[in-house]
Amino acid sequence: MKKKDLFLIGILLAAGIMGFVVFKGIQKSASSNEQILKISVDGEMYGEYSLKNKQEIKIGNTNVCQIEEDGRVSMIEADCPDHLCVKQGKIKEFGESIVCLPNKVVLEIVTDDEKTEKIDSIAK
Amino acid sequence: MKKTAYIGLLCALAIILGYVEMLLPVFPFAPGVKLGITNLVTVFLLYSFTYKEAALVSCIRIVCIGFMFGNLFSIVYSLAGAFLSLLCMTLAKKIKGLSMAGVSVIGGVTHNIGQLIIAALVVESGSVFFYFPILLCAGTITGLLIGIVSSEIYKRIPGRIGNDSVFKR
Repeated sequence: MKKKDLFLIGILLAAGIMGFVVFKGIQKSASSNEQILKISVDGEMYGEYSLKNKQEIKIGNTNVCQIEEDGRVSMIEADCPDHLCVKQGKIKEFGESIVCLPNKVVLEIVTDDEKTEKIDSIAK
Repeated sequence: MKKTAYIGLLCALAIILGYVEMLLPVFPFAPGVKLGITNLVTVFLLYSFTYKEAALVSCIRIVCIGFMFGNLFSIVYSLAGAFLSLLCMTLAKKIKGLSMAGVSVIGGVTHNIGQLIIAALVVESGSVFFYFPILLCAGTITGLLIGIVSSEIYKRIPGRIGNDSVFKR
């Protein structure tokens, strides 16, 4: 290990931690708004769901995701070989996402105003 | 001929390490964070031989592991990470004052970046970049561990096989 190695590691870790702090800050400021679950398949919007209703959502024929009573979202079924999305567990906070790469399914938690903004821009 | 046998041996080792890595549990908070122990072989080859041998072994390892345990998709995904990281490691090796640990850290981080870019392209969504900070830290730490281990291995392999005249064609 030389000086430059430590320098490089320091910079990368600092950048990572800073990014993490910024991300947490965004999460905190977004938590005042209502959060919704956005599902997209192959880059196309599949649907938006409130986190308040406990439900299971079938996504095409490939994946099934679940919203629990406390608003936590998890993928419970997938037909892909690695099942990484199922193993990932539950997401709850703004900005978190579960991605099933083989089926190109993205579960994403967004705030409700993002949706209204979109409607506004369409209306304009 | 000895070189061919040696590279074959390292290929087998890389495939076994790839299998061992598949047995390790996935970190629940960050999908796709892996130790990257197969990078041991890649870094070792990069120093013992050249980037060409390292690329060859990485390619064979990914295709074999992909056909045995994964699918075509996981092959493409792994190749993207492996080749970006190998490219950056080859360039990083040329920087004076950077030891094996630093080169391996660059490899670990760029491997994650490569996979993240492919993931973003596949799902056509930038949401995966929210994981960038976690992957950056994880890549640095795993890269450092792998770098330290590979430099210790490199020190202990007798005669520095790569520089040994027997292994030159």
